[in-house]
Amino acid sequence: MDRQIRRLGAALLVLLLVLLAQINYVQVFAASGLADNPANARRQQIAEYGVDRGSILADDGSTVLAVSRKSAGVLRYQRRYPNGPLYADATGYYSPVYGRSELEQAYNTFLTGDAPELLPQSLADLILGRPKQGASIITAIDPNVQRAAEQALGGLPGAVVAIEPSTGNVLALYANPTYNPNQLSAQDEEVVRAAWQSLNADPSKPLVSRANDELFPPGSTFKLVTASAALQNGYGPDSLWPNPHVLDLPNTTHALQNFGGEHCLGGVSRITLADALRVSCNVVFGEVGLALGADRLAAQARAFGFAPNASSGNVPFDIPFQTGVFPDPSYFQQRLPAVALSAIGQDNVTANPMQMALVAAAIANGGVEMRPRLVTEIRGPNGQIVKSYEPQPYSRPLTPENAALLTQMMVGVVRSGTGTAAQIPGVSVAGKTGTAQHGEGLPPHAWFVSFAPAEAPQVAVAVIVLDGGSLGSEATGGRVAAPIAKAVMEAALGR
Amino acid sequence: MSQVGLPAERPRQGTALALVILALVLSVGTYTLVGLGKKGHVPVNIALYGSIFVAGYLVAHILMRRVAPAANPALFPTAGVLTGIGFAVIFRLSGGLAAEQATWTVVGLLVFGGTLLLVRDHRQLDAYTYTIGLVGLGLLLLPIVPGIGRTINGARLWVKIGPIGFQPSELGKVFIVVFLASYLNAKRELLSVATWRLGPLRLPQPKHLGPLLLAWGVSLAVLFLEKDLGASLLYFAIFVLMIWVGTGRAAYPVIGLLLFAAGAWVGYLLLPHVQLRVDIWLHALDPSKVFGQGYGQVAQAQFGMASGGLVGAGLGRGAPYLIPSAETDFIFAAIGEELGLLGTVAVLLLYVVLVGKGLATAIRCSDGFGKLLATGLSAAIALQTFVIVGGVTRAIPLTGVTLPFVSYGGSSLFANFVILALLVRVSSGPAPRRKRVA
Repeated sequence: MDRQIRRLGAALLVLLLVLLAQINYVQVFAASGLADNPANARRQQIAEYGVDRGSILADDGSTVLAVSRKSAGVLRYQRRYPNGPLYADATGYYSPVYGRSELEQAYNTFLTGDAPELLPQSLADLILGRPKQGASIITAIDPNVQRAAEQALGGLPGAVVAIEPSTGNVLALYANPTYNPNQLSAQDEEVVRAAWQSLNADPSKPLVSRANDELFPPGSTFKLVTASAALQNGYGPDSLWPNPHVLDLPNTTHALQNFGGEHCLGGVSRITLADALRVSCNVVFGEVGLALGADRLAAQARAFGFAPNASSGNVPFDIPFQTGVFPDPSYFQQRLPAVALSAIGQDNVTANPMQMALVAAAIANGGVEMRPRLVTEIRGPNGQIVKSYEPQPYSRPLTPENAALLTQMMVGVVRSGTGTAAQIPGVSVAGKTGTAQHGEGLPPHAWFVSFAPAEAPQVAVAVIVLDGGSLGSEATGGRVAAPIAKAVMEAALGR
Repeated sequence: MSQVGLPAERPRQGTALALVILALVLSVGTYTLVGLGKKGHVPVNIALYGSIFVAGYLVAHILMRRVAPAANPALFPTAGVLTGIGFAVIFRLSGGLAAEQATWTVVGLLVFGGTLLLVRDHRQLDAYTYTIGLVGLGLLLLPIVPGIGRTINGARLWVKIGPIGFQPSELGKVFIVVFLASYLNAKRELLSVATWRLGPLRLPQPKHLGPLLLAWGVSLAVLFLEKDLGASLLYFAIFVLMIWVGTGRAAYPVIGLLLFAAGAWVGYLLLPHVQLRVDIWLHALDPSKVFGQGYGQVAQAQFGMASGGLVGAGLGRGAPYLIPSAETDFIFAAIGEELGLLGTVAVLLLYVVLVGKGLATAIRCSDGFGKLLATGLSAAIALQTFVIVGGVTRAIPLTGVTLPFVSYGGSSLFANFVILALLVRVSSGPAPRRKRVA
């Protein structure tokens, strides 16, 4: 019997070897494949939420836009946004159910501590047995400007973007309606799902930022692009243009009218380019567009960052940025009248406050358009700088001389034109109004694009108020949007 | 008459105490680490549970010293470490279940002591061959009885009488092994006489194949009536191994394997839940199935063990609660997640020690019944461990049995401590008489 018992022992050892081989396979050889299995999402999530995720901070390095707090739940940390909806369009959300968006998504590897730049830190943490910590993100957002944008916009649907022209720093990025990212980052999945469903059912799409992720007709603010093209192609501010009551468009019976059917400047026979911009004369800018032609207009729009269609934008930005759209010149071959309409920001031309703030900032910065940037610096858990992002030019849409000329034309708009509501005592403000039609019988979108001080610009602002805001069909950019831009510029200038 | 060889036993007693203390350090230490990893502080019930384990193990040690002084010193501490690790992992999953498991541990230790006191000489059991066999068979088939049997998770394994629910097959298994040891020891000669040949195999007379066929029938009954694939497989394998060890005839395992293959094939064809088990085994990670119920359970166990990797997430630091049934059938995966490959290998090696010492006890034992008993009990632990660990790691199709001493559950712990007591008893030999007249 003892022989059999020994053989039994040997047979059982064979079974042991089978198990040892299998656990080696599961725990070592197949481990990384198993970790990535889609059915393993919850475990991945728990691992993700076990890390003290880095904060997102304002430009002062102390105002907290997003932070991780210890939690008693299954997920060790919970994401909190102390200011609720205020910075949601920049930070985005960080949700256990629906993932991430905006900065939370774009800088995720830094926030989780997994970026290669953070390797020395993570190795030290591993060796010393310290829990892994994410890096913090310092943004360019100025809390004063952001708050001013929120307050000036009030409850109106629309958006505000403020940029420092010399660096491309985004000082404010705010859109209405927005949402409270805390609801999406809650640990209770029911709360998260309910919030998500109501946000997605909302026709005003609070989760999509109107500041940089949606497109609207820019209306007369686009005349800044047309005027730039005119200056770059040799038409000075004092170039004279015929001033008919209406502009007969080629190859069609339609005619281009001025706002409210008026005759510009009381019906003088000829009008300068500068005056046309000052009073926002559609007829003259239609003429300018036709004189320049689709090729030159399109080239100028490209230089500012406008793309031929919505999917081909190429202005780098930290979070998804839908650049403005100006059609390819081929589009106009069969539609010559559309050149005149596009020159005044109608027809197939679209933009958003981020795009128009870039246009203003480029003019303000001597014709050099800086890349917009939300993030200036990454700091490790101990406050050491891990990475910093230097300002970079994106393009040179204007010569410095033409930029200066256009600035003076824009100063005229605010001093004695359509944009007087943006005047700031003691500061010369350059601006341009826009009142964009976007459908028969619908109240227009009110726009204002500006920068200040004109001689040494510190801030460029673009404002859109959808559907005329509180004034409805009576709205103009000068009445509705200009006061908002003024308030934001004042905040940026420390007034 | 006064010297019973006590001087020679003293060093072994010292070893035994050292091993018990080591088992206590490992058990209570693991439990404490779970508290630190999970909540950042020593568990609040450390005094209660710590003293239960310390008092329980030390009392068991003192009792063994008195009634089984020559016992193998490694058997009890090895089982003790497994019980302690199991308790810690159950505590990691649920404080409430840990409280119940602590109660079961106390019950198990009482049963361990009671069995040692009751069975003062294992040969006593040899006298009740058929009584024990019938009780075992009865326990095995008890869940089939209408009114008291309960079906849980598709298998009819539970019996509920009044407020008490238990799994009689766990204890039934022990009775069956005792019966087989006694029966095979008595019929050994008869069963090993080879009278005719079939190719290279020498077979006993066909009429002596009856017990083999009977065991096969019982196993199939368990499979078809209780839908308990794991237990069915286990009983039959234990029986075949014991009859092989008893007779030395290779014909038995060969025929047994054929019968097993036939039974498994028929079961696979006729029983949908057997087909499902095989499909889950093969396709648990297929993208189209991995979210399915049974598939997902096995898949989650793989994910848990994989996330543990080489050294594990650390006690209290992983997410083993994502694995369904992590405290019972899948506890090995929970260990793999938090203690890593090092932990799972360590646990398997503890079973190697336990089973190895059990088989060594069988070899050292002088009587045939004791040899077969120790062999059967050791094989039962080994096979049950293989079946559940193999199932959890996807080496073989999953069949739900507990991991001996580690899994949560009163019936299982109860039965395993009886097995341990019997192994200790066989290894020690008869208890010394209490009062000797010199």
